[in-house]
Amino acid sequence: MSDSSKISVQFSPEAQALVQKYIAKFPEGKQKSAVIACLHLAQAEFGWLKPEVMDYVASLLNIKPIEVYEVATFYSQYYTKEVGKYVIEVCHTGPCWLRGADELITYFEKKLGIKKGETTADGMFTLKGVECLAACGSAPMFQCGMNYYENMDEAKVDAFINDCRAENKISRPYPIMK
Amino acid sequence: MGVKILTEHIGTPGLETLAVYKSKGGYASVEKAIKTMQPDEVTEEVKKSGLRGRGGAGFPTGMKWSFIDKKSGKPRHLVCNADESEPGTFKDRYLMSKNPHILIEGMITASYALGANLSYIYVRGELMYVVNILQKAIDEAREAGYIGKNILGSGYDLELHVTCGAGAYICGEETALIESLEGKRGNPRIKPPFPAIAGVWGNPTVVNNVESIAAVPWIVNKGGDEYAKIGVGKSTGTKLISASGHINKPGVYEIELGITVEDFIYSEEYCGGIWKNRKLKAVVAGGSSVPVLPANLILNTVNGDKRLMTYESLADGGFASGTMLGSGGFIVFDETASIVHNLWNFERFYHHESCGQCSPCREGTGWMEKILHKFIEGHANMEDIDLLAEIGKKIEGNTICPLGDAAAWPVASAIKHFRHEFEWYVTHKEEASRPGAYYKGEKLVLA
Repeated sequence: MSDSSKISVQFSPEAQALVQKYIAKFPEGKQKSAVIACLHLAQAEFGWLKPEVMDYVASLLNIKPIEVYEVATFYSQYYTKEVGKYVIEVCHTGPCWLRGADELITYFEKKLGIKKGETTADGMFTLKGVECLAACGSAPMFQCGMNYYENMDEAKVDAFINDCRAENKISRPYPIMK
Repeated sequence: MGVKILTEHIGTPGLETLAVYKSKGGYASVEKAIKTMQPDEVTEEVKKSGLRGRGGAGFPTGMKWSFIDKKSGKPRHLVCNADESEPGTFKDRYLMSKNPHILIEGMITASYALGANLSYIYVRGELMYVVNILQKAIDEAREAGYIGKNILGSGYDLELHVTCGAGAYICGEETALIESLEGKRGNPRIKPPFPAIAGVWGNPTVVNNVESIAAVPWIVNKGGDEYAKIGVGKSTGTKLISASGHINKPGVYEIELGITVEDFIYSEEYCGGIWKNRKLKAVVAGGSSVPVLPANLILNTVNGDKRLMTYESLADGGFASGTMLGSGGFIVFDETASIVHNLWNFERFYHHESCGQCSPCREGTGWMEKILHKFIEGHANMEDIDLLAEIGKKIEGNTICPLGDAAAWPVASAIKHFRHEFEWYVTHKEEASRPGAYYKGEKLVLA
C-alpha cells in the first residue's frame, strides 16, 4: 500500500476494480450505497481519511463531498486523523471489562510507552479503546486490522508486538471487503 | 443434549464449503421451497413454527414477513441484520464464521417466500473477515445455481450480496441499518412507515436477524409444526445463547428454549458454574440493554418458580422483578463485581453509540455516564441516585428508536435491585475511588 507521506490521491488498479465490484452490488443510480466499503478501501490505500481522499471517493461515486464527510465522521472505524501503522483496538465494554480489559489496556500502555488514544513516536502503533466487538466469550481481546486477538494475556501481547515490529509477520493492516 | 438446529454440524471439517455443507443435507430447503411450494406456503410454515426474531425484539418472524407489501409492484428486499453489536452478544459472528452456508441457504429460501429478487446481508464492519467468508459462500452458491437467474429452472431470480458497516451499534436498529445500506449515517427513521412498506430505497423490505434466517431451512425441511414442538409455550425452537463474564466456560451454546436458568449457569454442558469458586451475584440475561437481576431473582421468580430460559419466564414479574431474553447475551457477574462500575461502563457505551438525533438520548446518555463516573470517583451524593433514575425515565419512550430505552433500563434496574451499592459509593467516597477497590457487601476489598 502507498506510503502516507506521498499521497497521490488515486486508488491502485486493484482498488479501482474493487470499487466497481462494490458499485455493482447495488441497483443503477444507487452507487452511493458503496460509500461505506469505499471508505474502508481508502483507509487501506492511504492509511486515514484526509479531506482530499474523501473528495476522491466522492468523485468516484459521483456524489457530493459532504455526503462522504458526514459518513466518515459518523462511523467509528474511520480515522479522520492520522493513525499508526498498526491500530490496536482493545474492546473495553462490560463483558470484556469483567475479564480484564482495563488490565490489557494498561499492559499495552506500559509496553508501548503511550496512553490510550495516542500513537507511538515511530508511527508504528496507535492504541484505542473501542466498544463491544462481539467477542465477549473470548475476553479480553483486541482487534488489529482484519484480525481478532482473543483470550489475551501478557505473553500473547508481547508476541504480537514483536511480530508487528519484525515486519511482514502481520498481514495487511486495514480490513477491506474482497 | 438437546436438539441442535443451527450448530449441529459445526466442528465438521470443511463445513464452510458448499460441498461439505451439502453432504450434511444443505440447500434442501431451497430445492423443496422453490420446486414444491408457493412463496406464501413458506411464510405459512414459518408462522406455524412460532419462530420469534432472534435479534432481541422477539417479534414473530412469519408475521413480520406477512406484512411485506406485495401489492405495490415495487421491488422487494430481504436484508439480513448481521450488525451484531449488543454488548454480551457474539452468537451471529460464531454462526456466520463457522457455518456460513446455513445463512446463505436461509436467505435464498426466505427471499423466495417474500418474492425478493435483490437481498443483502449487512455485516458490521469490524467483522470484515466474516464478510469475506460469506462472500466465498455466496460465490459458491451462485456457481451451484442457487443464486442468480432462473434458480433451479423455476423462473425465480435472486441476487444476493454481502455488504458492510463501519462501526456503529445503532445500525443494528433496522431503519438505521437501512439508512446505512443506502450509504448514509445510521440515523433511525420515524416509523411508520415501517420497512415492510417503505424500506431500502423506499421499497418494501424485511429486516431479520442472522439467527432467525438461519432457522428457516430447518423449518421448511421439517415443517413449522415440528419446530413448534421444541421449546415451551410461545418460546419455540432453539436459541443461541452467548455466555460471557465470570463463568468457567464462556462461549456460544444452542439451547432448547425452556431449560432452567440454574441449569444453564451451573451445568457442565453450558457455563460450567461461576469461575474461581465464587458466588453468583447478578446476571444480565439478554444483552446489555435488558434489566440486571440479582442472583435470587434470576434463578427464581418472585413466586418461587424456577426461572426458565424462555421469553415469558425471563420476563415474569415485568420490570419490577423480571428481565428479558433479548438477544441471548448472557453476562454473569460474580460476587466481586461492582454493579455501579459496570453500569458506568454500559452508559459510556450508550453515550458513545447514541446517533445524536434525539435530544433526550444524546444528552441523557452523556449525563448519566457523567453522574455514574462521579460514583466510582468518589464524588457522588445521595441525590445523584434519584437524579440518575429521573434522567432515565425522561429518556424512556421519548426517542425515535429504542436505544434510549436500552440506555435507561439498565440504570432503572440497577438502582431498583442494588440501591445499597450506590449508597455505599456515596458513604465510602475515599475507599470507592481507590484503584482496584470494589464493593462486596458492606466491606471494601482490594482486588
